[in-house]
This record gives sequence, C-alpha cells and structure tokens, in this order.
Amino acid sequence: MITARLEHETDFDGWRRAARALALNGIAPAEVVWQVEGSADEDLFGIRGDPVPPASNAAVLNITREFVERAGSLVCHRDPQRFAFMYRMLLRLAENKELLKFATDPDVRQMEAMEKSIGRDVHKMRAFVRFRKIGEGAEERFVAWFEPEHHIVQRNAEFFVKRFTGMKWAILTPDRSARWDGETLSVGPGAKKADLPPDDATEDLWKTYFSSIFNPARLKVKAMQAEMPKKYWKNMPEADLIPGLIAGAGKAHEAMIERAPTLPPPSHRSVQARYWNSVKDMADESAHTPEAKTLEELRAATAGCTRCPLYRGATQAVFGEGPADADLLFVGEQPGDQEDIEGRPFVGPAGQLLDQILAEVGIDRSDAYVTNAVKHFKFEPRGKRRIHQTPNAGEVEQCRWWLEKEIELVGPKLLVALGATAAAALLGRRGGIMRERGSIQPRAADGLPVLLTYHPSFLLRIPDQAGKARERANLAQDLMKARDWLAGRDARREAG
Amino acid sequence: MGQLSVIQKLEILSDAAKYDASCASSGSTRRDSRASGGIGSVTGAGICHAYAPDGRCISLLKILLTNFCIYDCRYCINRSSSNTRRARFSVDEVVKLTLDFYKRNYIEGLFLSSGVIRSPDETMGEMVEVARRLREDEKFAGYIHLKTIPDCDPILIEAAGRHADRLSINVELPTDASINVLAPEKRPGEIRKSMARLRSFIEEKSEPVERTGRRQRFAPGGQSTQMIVGADNSNDNTILQTSARLYGSYHLKRVYYSAFSPIPDASRGLPLVRPPLMREHRLYQADWLMRFYGFEQQEILAGAKTGMLDLDIDPKLAWALRNRAEFPVDINRADRETLLRVPGLGSKAVTRILSSRRYARLRLEDVSRVCQSIDKVRSFIVAEGWSPGGTIDRLDLRSRLVGREEQLSLFR
Repeated sequence: MITARLEHETDFDGWRRAARALALNGIAPAEVVWQVEGSADEDLFGIRGDPVPPASNAAVLNITREFVERAGSLVCHRDPQRFAFMYRMLLRLAENKELLKFATDPDVRQMEAMEKSIGRDVHKMRAFVRFRKIGEGAEERFVAWFEPEHHIVQRNAEFFVKRFTGMKWAILTPDRSARWDGETLSVGPGAKKADLPPDDATEDLWKTYFSSIFNPARLKVKAMQAEMPKKYWKNMPEADLIPGLIAGAGKAHEAMIERAPTLPPPSHRSVQARYWNSVKDMADESAHTPEAKTLEELRAATAGCTRCPLYRGATQAVFGEGPADADLLFVGEQPGDQEDIEGRPFVGPAGQLLDQILAEVGIDRSDAYVTNAVKHFKFEPRGKRRIHQTPNAGEVEQCRWWLEKEIELVGPKLLVALGATAAAALLGRRGGIMRERGSIQPRAADGLPVLLTYHPSFLLRIPDQAGKARERANLAQDLMKARDWLAGRDARREAG
Repeated sequence: MGQLSVIQKLEILSDAAKYDASCASSGSTRRDSRASGGIGSVTGAGICHAYAPDGRCISLLKILLTNFCIYDCRYCINRSSSNTRRARFSVDEVVKLTLDFYKRNYIEGLFLSSGVIRSPDETMGEMVEVARRLREDEKFAGYIHLKTIPDCDPILIEAAGRHADRLSINVELPTDASINVLAPEKRPGEIRKSMARLRSFIEEKSEPVERTGRRQRFAPGGQSTQMIVGADNSNDNTILQTSARLYGSYHLKRVYYSAFSPIPDASRGLPLVRPPLMREHRLYQADWLMRFYGFEQQEILAGAKTGMLDLDIDPKLAWALRNRAEFPVDINRADRETLLRVPGLGSKAVTRILSSRRYARLRLEDVSRVCQSIDKVRSFIVAEGWSPGGTIDRLDLRSRLVGREEQLSLFR
C-alpha cells in the first residue's frame, strides 16, 4: 500500500507529481491511498503506507493537455475520492488517448458530472455572495460570508477581483478566505460566520426590491428552488422573506382580481386632452383626406396604406425618390431588406448595382425618379434573414393605385420597367420580359412610352461570371437606349 | 406627494416594472474593471443573483424611472387611467441605488425603463443621462439595459447605444389590430420603424471606423423585445409568425413572451385569470426550435388541429408525433440536423452522440447516459441492438408519453 500525501485540499501540483511517479512505476489505483495533510480523515485508519516511489525526471508520461487542465479544476471537488478518481482516469488515458472524446463512457460522464457540480458551485458563489459594507469614505470596506459546496475560493477569487477592483473586500468561508485591498489578492485560512459585520442599511432596500419585483400571480416555488437551492439561503438576506411571500401570494392575487375596476383619476382626462385628442383628430382627418396633390402628400398617404395585407409584415411603405419633375422614371419590383429598413428605394445591393451601371452609361441617378411597383416588402423570414417573395397579381394591382398617381404627379417622358413585375404594373401584361427586353412600348391608357429591361437583382442571381457579364452588358445597352431616346426627343424638340 | 422616501419609490417603481419579462444580463461583450479601477464586469453568460418565488431570475435592478405615463395601454398597470400610486426617481437616486446594489453583489446591473412623461425625448433623455453618469462619472462596467421609447430622437438612441449593453423596444402585442384596440395611442408602424433604426445603428457601428480601425461601442448585447401573450385572442401560430418576422427583420437577440398577468386596478375587458404560464413556456420552447433547432416557423404547427401549441407535451414531441414518417432515426448514422429533431435530444446530447459514435456504435444505454430521459427518445430512434418496432405507429403513443411528461414535470 502506498500513501500519496498532498499539502492541502486543492494541491494540484502535489497530485500531479505523485500521479506521474505512480504511473511511471506502474502502480495500480487500488494500491494508492490519497491523503491531504491536516484533513479529518488523515490517519483515520491509522494506515501509513509506503511513500510514493521516485520516478526518473527523464521519463515521459504522455497525457493530453486537455486532461491536465480539466484535472486542475477537478481537485476543487469536495469528494475525498477525487484524487483516486483522477489517478484512475490518468491511467485509462495513458492507454487510450481519445478517451475524453468518448462522451458515453461512464468515467467520462462522472468526470463531466463532477465538473458540472464544481462549475455550478463556482457560478452560484458569484451569484449568491452578499457583501456588507463597513466604514465610510477611505475606510469603506465590504465583507461577505459564504459557504461553498466545493473548494472553490481560490479558483473564484480572480472573478471578484476583476469585478470589484475599485473596492476593498473580503470573502470569508469556513475553509479559506479571500481578501482584496485594492491592489493585491491574498487567500488565507478560513473564518467563522461571527466574523461577518452586522446588517447594512442597504439590505432593507434590497429586501424591498425582492418583495416588490415578485409577481404573486405567477407562483413557481419549485422553479425558484431548482435555481436557488435552500442550502444557500442561510447567507442571503432576502431569503427570510420567501416563506411570507409564498404564503401571501394566493391572497394577494385573489384580492387583486376581486377588487372592482376604479374610475380613472382626474389627471387621466387632462392627459388625454393635452396629448392625444388633437393627435386622434388628426388621424381621423387623414383617413378622409382628399386626393393628394403633391408627391409629399402622396407619400404621407402611402405610409398608412392597408390596401393589401403586405403592410403587416413590412416595416414601412417605401415611396419613390427623385426630382418631382424628372423626365426619366424607373419602376422596380418592390423594396428589399435594406430598403424596408431604411425606408428608401434602391439602396440595397440591387440599387447599388443600378447606380454603377447608370454611372457607366452616363445617366445621373439624381436626375431620375426611382420607385417600385409594390411599396411594401414581401418576404418569408428564415432565421436572421428575409427571403424575397415575388408579389402576386392582386398585390401589384392594389399598389398600382399609388404607382399611377406617382407617375401622374411626376409626369415623366419615359418610363423604364425594371423586371417583369414592373412591366406588369405599367403595361398590364403577363409573363417574362426576356424576349421583349430593350423594346419601347406605349401604354394603352396614356401613350407614355415604357422601356422594358431586367431588374438589376436578376444579375445578382446569375451564378456564372460569363453569363453575368453578358446580361450586365444587355442591361447597360437598354439603359443607353433610354438615355439616347430622351436625348433624341430633346433633339427632335429643338429641331422642331 | 413629493415626499416619498427612496425605499417607498423603490417599492412603487419596482412593482411597476415587474411585468417586464426580461432580466437577462447575457449576450454582451466581456469586460472587467482591472484597467479602470472602477467596479463592474460582464462575463458573457450573465448571472442570476437571486430568484423570486415566481421562479424568475433577478439579475438586474429592474425599475422604472417613473410610472407617470401619458399612454393608456389597457394591459399596463401604469396606464394614465389607472389609480396606481405614482412616483418618480431622480437621476441621482437611480445611479446611487444601482451602485449600492452592485457593490453588495445583489445585481449584474441595471434595467431601466420608464413611463412616458411629457414627451418621449424628455423621458429618454433622462434615461440616457442615468447610463452616462454610471459609465462616465462612476466608471461602472456592469450591465445596462435601456428600454427605448419608440418616438424619441435618433440622437438619443445613439447616445443610449453608446452606454448600454442592450436596448429594447416593446412590440407589445402580436398584431397591429390588437395594439389598436388595447394600446390606442401606440403606433405599430412607429414601433417597427424604431426597431429598424436600431438594427441600422447596430450594423453601422459594427463596421470598424476608417480612421482608427476600431469599432464604436453600440449596444453589444443587441436589441430585444417583449410580446404580451394572452391579453388578446391571437393564437400561438400568429405569435410565432410575428416572432419569426421580428427575428428576420430586425435581427433581435431575443423575443420575450410575457404571459398576461392580471394587474391591480385592471381595466375592464381584460381576462381576469391566472397567467397562462404553461402557454408562455411552450412558446419559449417553440422559439428555441426556430432559433437553435433548425425548424421553420411554418413547420412547428403544420398539420396541427388548431393554431395553438399543445400544452401537455413540448412542441418538438408534438411535431414528431405529427410527422411519424420521419422516424425512427438511426442514432449511429443520422446527421446533426436530423438528430436535433428527435424528441428528448438537446443540442448538447446531440454533440455528445456525434463525438462518441466515432469510436463505437452506440447502444440505447449509451444514449441514455447523454440525455435527460431516454423514455421520450426511445420510440423515435434506432440504436445498436435497439429498434422501436411498431411503437412509432401506435395510436396511444402520445398518451403514453404525456403520462411520462407529467411525471417528470412533478420534479421541476
């Protein structure tokens, strides 16, 4: 029998040295008794086994770094068998380097369970330590008494240093105590609960908060105890209130329900008169506003559009943008994700591409008016993204009401339909535009010419570079045609 | 009035804040006070410092700056027509309370909300001032969550984002129609636009500044929202649709569901029943299926008889029972996405299964060691030496599993 002696409860270095020597000497776990100096069980059985045999410094024991790190935290566990367990794991690991990845192995599961228990205790200590203040000004200090389940004071002290750097504090526990004087951390022997200073007036405020934030209509005592086990209550000032709150909850809730509704206080009427009546009147008025006479009036009216259900999912109606007397009016399909967020048309990827091509063919975007056939964004949410959905004929038809007014107020010389939806809205036609791309067709109703071309987002979806370049050139060619058509019209007018 | 003590104000203004579901202190960037010599740190995961007997975590000092309010939202205890006691904290008082609580390790930080007095800008301005004082004058590095008032000036939102870890705007209710009825002064369109603006700010500030190459700090914990469940008649499918839309549109970190709780001095026409806590719980589970388990919103209730989640069983089990043709799943071969759809297997269990099966073919016992309860799982999987046989097609499978769920929940 061999006795491996450790200096204190969390003597990881001591364990590591001993375990290495034992393993290199091929000693089986059953032959080792692990003892911590000064602990209650030392000499319990009166067994003094042989000392750990020496191992050559040159000898190599290959153990994964992961295990060494995890074992470093396992020593915090209160189970007296932890050292023996860790040694057993070490030997198994020497046999099978992949052991830790075998998550269904019972030893690996036990190791995880121990880590979880330590981790939980570490976390609960961070949560449930309660400081009391003594002294004022430069003398101000904070002291807490806490009883952790495992040997975690040393391990957890750094957390409190980082959090309460600007305070002088001490956390006292039965085994160890940690102190921070504002500059250095010292971890020393344990203390007694009597060392904790008396109540601090702020505890009353805290208790008031604890009782007031509690909602008696939602009593869930088990859920509370699962997260805040009773073993921690004795050192938490607010815990004394819990039985009373639980006992009174049913009554408080019933009383609340039975109380008859009261009449509004007098202040309510004055608040309504002062802040809301005028707003509500305005809202009523705007519901009956006469037909918009300017683009601004039309924009305001569009904002409240509920002609089709798309307004429910979208952020806002995206109205057109550009000079109110533009000669060239672009009509796209609908706002996309970016446009919906910013409330402006053609600001997303497709809009940026359109800007590039317009610049290349010498059309100043700021001279043109841009808008969409449908004013609200239609999409399907998919996680953190929104997948564009093509508006249906009914939605296009409903929105045409706005589009036609927009066209009427701007009074352009040439319309450009970007994509099939725009073409459908402007010309009442169906189907794709591939074959008629680049043609200029007059509208039946008012004779306004419409140039048909792609929507720039079509280019963004073409996967191969060659195809993309070819169609980009086509779109540019169509836009040049629009430019030349307008120039030609001006020339014709000058000539005439 | 006017002579209320801080403790009286705290009583009124925390009571007024308790209907806000969120108390999370998670999702922000890690930091501590070693360099500044001040106080405060943020660890990433958040810490619950206490639990109230309602089972809710107390992580933040959750208070209203004031519960005076010019809005008259029917479901809210602070509506202008209610006779609740009113109080108003000064900026100083909130700063001092936050620090006093923080230094005693009662809290992770502050969640400040407010009734709207006079104008949105004035109210928001004071809230921002609290955050600024804590950060700049007091070197406070703890968590700050500010509830944002929809109609306020974007300059205030920008300042709020500089100091706060998280900003939130309440969507209030699942549909515009319900808002129009129950919160007649609130404008759903403005709420959406405010969320959109917040998303823009967060995206814009996450880009490094050209000159310095560093990112500006702006609400590193993102934005969240809260929806009240059970005050109107929207069904769960509508609620989940709204959530999916909000996640997709505004990149929210979280949607909080708050079971409508009868309030003192309630307005007429609201349900006076105990809050539907199980419904709230099922909605959170369904929300998780969308965010972490690869479920599309439409799938969750597809084929269900009503638009409501089953209260007796969790939504994944309910989905599996409606889609039995997808099962059994071979635990030794299925990919991650498929395993995540097995009732009773969480993402940790799936990770462990994927890691372990590289070394050995897994048996039912192996699976039982990595999951909470093998009872729910066994009918839906094939493992080495295990096949569920015909149980997957048994008509009474649901009732057998419901019985087990009830037993389990006794221990919750």
